Amino acid sequence: MKKNLICVSCPLGCPIEVEIENGEVISVTGNTCKRGDAYARAEITNPVRSLTTSVKVENGVHPVVPVKSSGPVPKDKMFECMSVINSATIKAPVKIGDVVIENILGLGVDIVATNFDAGI
Amino acid sequence: MKYDVAVIGAGVVGSLITRELSRYNLKIALLERCNDCAMGATKANSAIVHAGFDAVPGTLKAKLNVRGVELMKDFCRELNVPLKNNGALVVAFSEGEIPHLEKLLKRGVDNGVPGLRIIDREELKKIEPNIGDTAVAALVAPTSSIVCPYELTIAGVENAVTNGAVFVRNCEVKGIEFSDDEFTLTTTQGEIKAKYVINAAGVHSGKIAKLIGDDSIEIIVRHGDYYLLDKSQGSLANYTIFQCPTEMGKGVLVSPTVDGNLIVGPSANDIDDGDDVATTPEGLNGIYTAATKSVPAVSLRNAITSFSGNRAHPVTDDFIIGSSKANKNFINAAGIESPGLSSSPAIAEMIVDIMNELTGGMEKKADFNPIRPEPVRFRHMSTEERAELIKKNKAYGRIICRCETITEGEILDAIHAPAGARDVDGVKRRTRAGMGRCQGGFCGSKVVEILARELGVSMNEITKFGGESKIMYDRTK
Amino acid sequence: MLNYDLVVVGGGPAGMAAALKAKEEGVEKIVILERAETLGGILEQCIHTGFGLHYFGEELSGPEYAGRFIELVEKTDIDVFTDTMVLNVSDDNVVTAVNNNDGLMQFKAIAVVLAMGCRERPRGALSIAGSRPAGIMTAGTAQKYVNIDGYMPGKKVVILGSGDIGLIMARRMTLEGAEVKVVCELMPYSGGLTRNIVQCLDDFGIPLRLSCTVVKTHGKDRLEGVTIARVDEKLQPIPGTEEYIECDTLLLSVGLIPENELSKDVGVELDRVTSGPVVDEYRETLKPGIFACGNVLQVHDLVDYVTEESQIAGKGAADYIFGKKKGGTFINTKGVDGVRYIVPQRVNIEGDENLKLYFRVGQVYMGAKVVVECDGEVLSSRKKVKLAPGEMENVVITAEMLKKMNENSEITVRIEE
Repeated sequence: MKKNLICVSCPLGCPIEVEIENGEVISVTGNTCKRGDAYARAEITNPVRSLTTSVKVENGVHPVVPVKSSGPVPKDKMFECMSVINSATIKAPVKIGDVVIENILGLGVDIVATNFDAGI
Repeated sequence: MKYDVAVIGAGVVGSLITRELSRYNLKIALLERCNDCAMGATKANSAIVHAGFDAVPGTLKAKLNVRGVELMKDFCRELNVPLKNNGALVVAFSEGEIPHLEKLLKRGVDNGVPGLRIIDREELKKIEPNIGDTAVAALVAPTSSIVCPYELTIAGVENAVTNGAVFVRNCEVKGIEFSDDEFTLTTTQGEIKAKYVINAAGVHSGKIAKLIGDDSIEIIVRHGDYYLLDKSQGSLANYTIFQCPTEMGKGVLVSPTVDGNLIVGPSANDIDDGDDVATTPEGLNGIYTAATKSVPAVSLRNAITSFSGNRAHPVTDDFIIGSSKANKNFINAAGIESPGLSSSPAIAEMIVDIMNELTGGMEKKADFNPIRPEPVRFRHMSTEERAELIKKNKAYGRIICRCETITEGEILDAIHAPAGARDVDGVKRRTRAGMGRCQGGFCGSKVVEILARELGVSMNEITKFGGESKIMYDRTK
Repeated sequence: MLNYDLVVVGGGPAGMAAALKAKEEGVEKIVILERAETLGGILEQCIHTGFGLHYFGEELSGPEYAGRFIELVEKTDIDVFTDTMVLNVSDDNVVTAVNNNDGLMQFKAIAVVLAMGCRERPRGALSIAGSRPAGIMTAGTAQKYVNIDGYMPGKKVVILGSGDIGLIMARRMTLEGAEVKVVCELMPYSGGLTRNIVQCLDDFGIPLRLSCTVVKTHGKDRLEGVTIARVDEKLQPIPGTEEYIECDTLLLSVGLIPENELSKDVGVELDRVTSGPVVDEYRETLKPGIFACGNVLQVHDLVDYVTEESQIAGKGAADYIFGKKKGGTFINTKGVDGVRYIVPQRVNIEGDENLKLYFRVGQVYMGAKVVVECDGEVLSSRKKVKLAPGEMENVVITAEMLKKMNENSEITVRIEE
C-alpha cells in the first residue's frame, strides 16, 4: 500500500510517498532531508505534533503567556494536553524556557514558556 | 423622570433640535434607542450640505434647505465642526441631459440659491480634471459644502448636554400615553414624563407617531449603499459631483469628504426593515459603475469600507414638521430625507418657533453657552503645537491609531466628553481611531482596552456599537 | 535634535537584524524606534512554531525567534525607544517620533532603515455585501485577542482566505475550543504553506474550499452567519452555488499590505506590485541613505528571509554611513511570464559579490523551470518540483554573470512550463 503525505517538519512541505506492507514502512521517498523520513515513519505508526498554546499567568503584564511542548506529542493527545494546560496557572515573572508543566500526561514532554513576562 | 420636552431620536435632527431648545429654561431629555447618537441615517449618508436647487419651490424642503445652508456656517463655527465649501456640480453626460440642468438652474434661482450657472465641457474639465470624458456640461453650485454629519450630531448633543439637556441612551420608546397635559413615555429605560414630545425618530418616526394615534406619517425606507475610499483618493474630485437626478433621488455622487476621503454612492432601493443596513451586491456594483462614469479613475482597489444607510422617505415627498393632528404638544420632525442634513439647523430653528408658539414664549437661559470646545485634533497640529500639547498632557504622546494618527489623549477626551463614547464605534466617530485604511486592525484592541479601563468594566463587556455587538467572548483560560 | 548615525524605524525582526548588522559593521550611534510596547513586532503574537529553521537551524516560536534578537540588541549600546510612533521622516533625514514619556523627539540621521512591516487587508477592500456587525475581523486581530489579551473573539468561525495567518488561526481557535467551520479561498490554490494546510486544517478535519468566497454577511449586532459561494475563473460568484453557514465570527486572511505611508511621505518610489519601495541590492531606496527591509519592502513567507534581507540593509546602511557605498552602474531586474515581481528591482553590475533575486510567482506550477536571462542569454535554468504564489523563491546572480552585463542590460526571470 502506498500513502502520500506532506511533510510538516519544516516550511518546505515536501510531498512524501510511503510504501507500507502489513503495517510496516518499507520505503520513504520524496523527502529532502532525514527529518522527512522520520516524519513519514512516525506519521504512519504514531503521528505526533508539536503543541503551542498559552497558559494563564498571575500578576503578568498580559493575562497569558505563550507555551510550547518541548517535543512532539501524539496527535490524538492534543486536546487532552490542552485541558491540562488550560487548568494550570503560573506566576510572573516568567522567562523563555521556564518549565510550566513537567512531563505532561506522562508523555515525557514538558510544557515550556516561549516568552518573557516580567510581571507588574 | 419628569421633563418639559422629550426629543425622540438622536440623529442630526434630534441633536440640533435639542441643542437649540437648550437655549431656553427647559428640562429636556434626548431619548436614543441605540448606545450612541448618530446611529441611523445620520451616520450613513452623503455628508453634503446641498446648495438647495433640487427641491421643488414652495416645499418645506426648498425653504429649509436654503435657510439651513445659511445657518450651517454659524452652527459649525459654534460647535467647532469642520465645514468645507467645495461647491457642487451636476453633470450632463449627453446633450439630452442639458435641459435637466436648465430645469435645476431655474429651480435653484426660484429657491434663492446664489451663484448657479451652467458651464461647458471645456470649463468643466478645467475645474474638475478627473471628470469622465463623456461629460458635456455641468451646473455649478458654489454654495454647496461638505460636513461630517455624525461629527455635527455629536457636537450638537455635547453642547446640549453641557447646557443642561439629558442624553438617555438605549432608550427605545415603546408606548406613549397622554393625560393631564402630560405625556408618559414607556421606554426601555423606564417611564419618562414630558409636557412636549418631539418626534425625530427618522425611519421609525411613523411608528412613533402611531403611538399617540397619529397615522398620518407614512415613511418608506429607502436604502442606499456607499463606498468610502482611501485618503489617497480624496483629491480625485474637487467638487461634489452629481449626475442628473432620477425619481429615486439625486443619483450617485462622487465627493471628497471633509476628512479627505472620497465617498461614492448612494444606491436607492426601497425596503421594509428600517434597521436593515446590510449592503447589497447589486447596490455596490451599481454605484461603482455609476461613479466611474463621473470619475473613471475611481477604483475599488482603494476602497477602505462600504456601508449603507436608510433614508426616511415620506410618501408626501416633503418634510413633515409641525404639531401632530392627534395632539398639538406632540411635534413631528419626520420624513427627513435629503436635504435633511443641510436643513437640520433650519429644522431646529423651526421647531423652536413652534415651541414658542405652543408655550406662549420660552424663557431664554441666561448662561447658555453656544460653544462646543474644539476637540484636540493631533493629526492637524504642527510639530511645535504637538510638543506643547504633550508637555501639558502625556496621553497625547501615545499614538493609538496609526493610520489616522489618533492619540490616547483624544480617545480619553471622547470617552469623558459630555454624552461621550461608550463603544468602539463611538470612539471611532468621535476621534477617527479605526477610520483609516487598516480599519481598526491594529488599534481596535487598544481602543477596547482603553474603553474597558475608563468605564471600569472588563474587555469582553465592550461592544462595537452597543446591544449584542460584543467583540470578545470569555477569557481563553 | 538628537544626532544618530542610523535611525531604524521599526523594532520587529527586520529592524533588529538591520540594526545589529550595522552595529557589527562598526556603526556607532544607532536607535531603533518601535511603536509597540516591546521589541519583536508581529512575532510577539505568532506563538506557533516554524520560525528559524534556516537561520538558527531549529524550529522556534515567534516570541522565541524575536527573543534571540532582543537579547542581542540588549547586549549592545543600540538605543531603543518602544511605544514610540514615528510621525514623519523629512527630506533631510530628520525622523520625528513621539511617545508619552519623552514627548516629541527629532532624530537627525545619516541613514534611515525603514522596517515598519505590513498590515492586513481589511474587509473594506473586499466589497463583501451585507451587514457590518461585530465579529468580523482580520485573522491577525483575532490572533492578538487570543494570544496576547487572552480572550476568545468567537466560537463558531468561518475564515476567508487561506493565507498562513488564517490557517494558523484555524488551528489556534480550534485548540481553544472554537468550531472552525470552513476556510474559503477565492483562488484555486491556497496562499499559505502546504504544511500549514496539513497541520492546521487536515489535522482537525477543517474543510478548505478553493475557488470559494464569502458573498454576504448576516446579523445586526453580532455576526450570525455568512453566505459563501463558488467563483468562476474570473473570480466572480456563480449564482446558484450560495450556501448559508451559521457562524459568529468571520476571520479575514486575505492579504498583507506593506505599510509605506512614511516611505511615501519622504518621497521614496514604490513598486506597484510589491507595494514596497524600489531598492537596489543593498536595499537602498531611490532616495540616498534611506534603506528598506522586511515586510515593508515585500511580504515575506518566512522570517528567516526577513532576517537575511535586513542584514543586507544593515550592511548597506553601514557602508553608506562610512562613505564606503559603491557607486556603479545600476540595471533593472524584471519578472516576466509568471514571475510577478523581483526584489531588488535594481542591481549594480559593478558589484563583485554574488547576490540573490527574490520573487514570487502568480500561480501554482508543477515541474516548471525558473529561467534567468540577460540580453538574450540564459544565465541559469533550474527545474523546481513546485512553485506556488504563497512561497518566496530566489535565484542567484553570480559576480561572474554581472561582469558580462552592460548599462543597457536587463535581467529577467521567467517561468518556463
